[in-house]
Amino acid sequence: MIYDVAIIGSGIAGLSAALRAKELGKDVVVVTKKYPTQAQSSMAQGGINAALSEEDSVEAHIADTLRSAAGLSDEGVVRYVCESAPEAIAWLDYLGTPFSRKGASIAQRPLGGASAARACYAQDYTGLKILHTLYDNCLKAGVKFMSEKFLLNIIIEDNIAKGVTLLNIRTSQVEQLLSKAVVLASGGYAKIYGAFSTNGYGSYGEGLAAAMRAGAVLSDLEFVQFHPTALAKSSILISEAARGLGAKIVDGKGERFCDELATRDELARAIWAKIEEGQEVYLDMRGLGEELLMRELPQERKLARIYEGVDPLQEPVPIRSAAHYSMGGIDVDIDGKTSIKGLFACGECANAKLHGANRLGGNSLLETVVLGRRTGESATMCHNEVEEKTYERTRIDTDFVRAVFGLPNQIDFMERQEFLHKVLYNNAGIVREELAMKGVLSLIRQHQRELAFMGIRDKSPIYNTELVRFIEYGNILELAEAMVVAALQRNESRGAHYRKDHPEPKEHFKAHSHVWKEDGVLCADFKEV
Amino acid sequence: MRLRIRRYHPHFEPPSIDMEYEISGGGTLLEALEEIKQKRDRTLSFSSMCRSGVCGSCAVRVNGKEELACTYKPKDGDYIEPLSVVGVLRDLIGDFNSSLATLKKAHAYPVQMHSGMSEEDERQIERQSDCILCVSCYSSCPVYETNPSFLGPFALSRAYRYVADSREENKKAHIDAVLQNGIWDCTLCGNCTAVCPQGIDPKNDIVLLQSWAAKFGHLNPNLGNFGSFGLEF
Ligand SMILES: Cc1cc2nc3c(=O)[nH]c(=O)nc-3n(C[C@H](O)[C@H](O)[C@H](O)COP(=O)(O)OP(=O)(O)OC[C@H]3O[C@@H](n4cnc5c(N)ncnc54)[C@H](O)[C@@H]3O)c2cc1C
Ligand code: SF4
Ligand code: SF4
Ligand code: FES
Repeated sequence: MIYDVAIIGSGIAGLSAALRAKELGKDVVVVTKKYPTQAQSSMAQGGINAALSEEDSVEAHIADTLRSAAGLSDEGVVRYVCESAPEAIAWLDYLGTPFSRKGASIAQRPLGGASAARACYAQDYTGLKILHTLYDNCLKAGVKFMSEKFLLNIIIEDNIAKGVTLLNIRTSQVEQLLSKAVVLASGGYAKIYGAFSTNGYGSYGEGLAAAMRAGAVLSDLEFVQFHPTALAKSSILISEAARGLGAKIVDGKGERFCDELATRDELARAIWAKIEEGQEVYLDMRGLGEELLMRELPQERKLARIYEGVDPLQEPVPIRSAAHYSMGGIDVDIDGKTSIKGLFACGECANAKLHGANRLGGNSLLETVVLGRRTGESATMCHNEVEEKTYERTRIDTDFVRAVFGLPNQIDFMERQEFLHKVLYNNAGIVREELAMKGVLSLIRQHQRELAFMGIRDKSPIYNTELVRFIEYGNILELAEAMVVAALQRNESRGAHYRKDHPEPKEHFKAHSHVWKEDGVLCADFKEV
Repeated sequence: MRLRIRRYHPHFEPPSIDMEYEISGGGTLLEALEEIKQKRDRTLSFSSMCRSGVCGSCAVRVNGKEELACTYKPKDGDYIEPLSVVGVLRDLIGDFNSSLATLKKAHAYPVQMHSGMSEEDERQIERQSDCILCVSCYSSCPVYETNPSFLGPFALSRAYRYVADSREENKKAHIDAVLQNGIWDCTLCGNCTAVCPQGIDPKNDIVLLQSWAAKFGHLNPNLGNFGSFGLEF
């Protein structure tokens, strides 16, 4: 069977693309390594931006987005997304999304860096409710789902995408999925910081790594947003909406030391500096009161109690800053086209240059919907000839998975992985510097050389989660290398990328960093905005 | 602290055994499972994603009751088993395919919507739309033992969510979809309500669906027999 459109990823981007392609009468299949609604999109709490109210305007939304992007966004994309936002909310409403309301209108709240209360929300379940509503609509529309299949590689012939190879997690068999267009909607890579990330397990950017192996260009990888307020022990997110409602950031003495509504990068650095001084930092939500907290942020109290053992109504909650969102991604144009024919990308795995050097809260869900739909549409216009045969890529990947079972397992990859996360966070995280990053790069390359001595202890072909984690780890190494290379070549500070040795922005770096692979060798360069 | 875990692998003989593990304790059950996997036994298989109770991938049974591993704090001697669903794949990982298939059968999706609703209207469906599809309620439901085609608690709650949605114009299509193997087959035992981590009350939603069905002239087929006690007057 050859599908019209194969979409990898069942988050809000993937499902928005799927619904659009299905509306246009195409055979659509959505692949996910879990079950459809178990995507990270379910975790988004704060909201989705759209200028809807009298006090707000599309122009203000555009201006805020451009300001935050620090010169690295594409104004045409920003304008298109912000202008499409009210319509996107109306579409979601029409599909049945139960947004919180104020009177007859959709309620909106302020998030950091926004000049108006612009984020539409559904309590603190915004992502969950949008995702499940889209899923319900996909069931209605007859979108086909393939669950528990792990993307390994993109099948390329004559520089055209013909489908993908998948690891069937239930059986450890490699399968090929052929389609006239492939859409990657596989999410971001902020989890390469492991325990120092707010993201769920699995956001390791496998889609990006697969695209890079297939020859696509990745851009602006060095821009990773660190969220200022994550729980200190677990890195679980406390939504920015808490600060919007009046929560304060305080030090061990209970004193404020920053402006809570400053941009995320400024706050993350202020908190990092305090913690580097050996102090502890807290989020004080006591002023919100029980009624407001339970109505607007019901999850937060539960999570603070479970993971920190602290009731936010009684005590300030210990926090740290953690990797949260990846601005960089597979380089695409406004239609989601990558540098490879037939290969598209949307959502957090893509870089359509909406967020530039820094994302505004509430703009990424908006991107997943608006550009997800647009990418879904442009994928339907792709008419590649795909032959029904076993492709070379499928043979190679089958051999690869077989080989992993035979690896000697002399070095424990899980130990290595934990160490790598820590080193990345401390040296290529919130605050960066050349020498330290060069150290990180050589560590990554050493880990890559050691892969052949690692391997898996679990030799069962049935639902082998160690196998999945090992392949994820290989991807993490590949992507971390590309990210650190990009961070090293940007000798300036801009948006979320902060270099202690180059603390100011420089005009000639007002350019997108590109990385790609040629014959397996990593190449890097800049491209003008 | 010790945990007892029911292990399952279809190729082993016997396929199912209980194993005990020492854990450091203090964290969540998911953190304990992670500790076992990383430090003691790489073959232990379980599922997780968000760590924060929203993705619905980590539900298991603890001492017979459904819990999310990422929000449950284990106690010494706890017995951990997979959900009771059709087909365990391995250890704590269940096959969700047949339970998820109930959603489509129950028409748990919008049929004909218009946009716009009030604050009050939204409150009517707030709880039901908190569902994370963790499948805990399905696992707890006793009806499956006698009727594997039963639509089940989450599908019915999610169908009710669209019936109660003020934007939905075609309520009848929803009711028609939940009559067979649906609202009348539930025994109203309340197990589902007791285990839902999101505080959803599928039992009550089923009762509400029954009264909607009555509005459309459908009577409880079981009551017919009851009403006359089988006697002819
Ligand atoms: C805690 C948290 C809170 C957030 N809050 C907000 C907010 O309030 N507002 C906002 O705008 N943004 C927010 N964000 C960001 C936003 O949620 C994400 O950017 C967005 O959901 C990404 O959606 P996506 O569809 O691109 O990817 P995801 O939702 O991450 O989905 C990725 C999909 O790809 C699949 N996949 C990945 N790898 C593979 C593979 N190898 N094989 C097969 N399938 C694969 C996954 O299973 C999944 O289905 C938040 C993020 C986090 C972590
Ligand atoms: S109340 Fe009904 S649906 Fe819920 S567990 Fe009991 S029989 Fe099943
Ligand atoms: S109704 Fe509750 S228990 Fe059932 S799937 Fe939804 S969240 Fe889980
Ligand atoms: S890991 Fe997502 S609900 Fe537990």
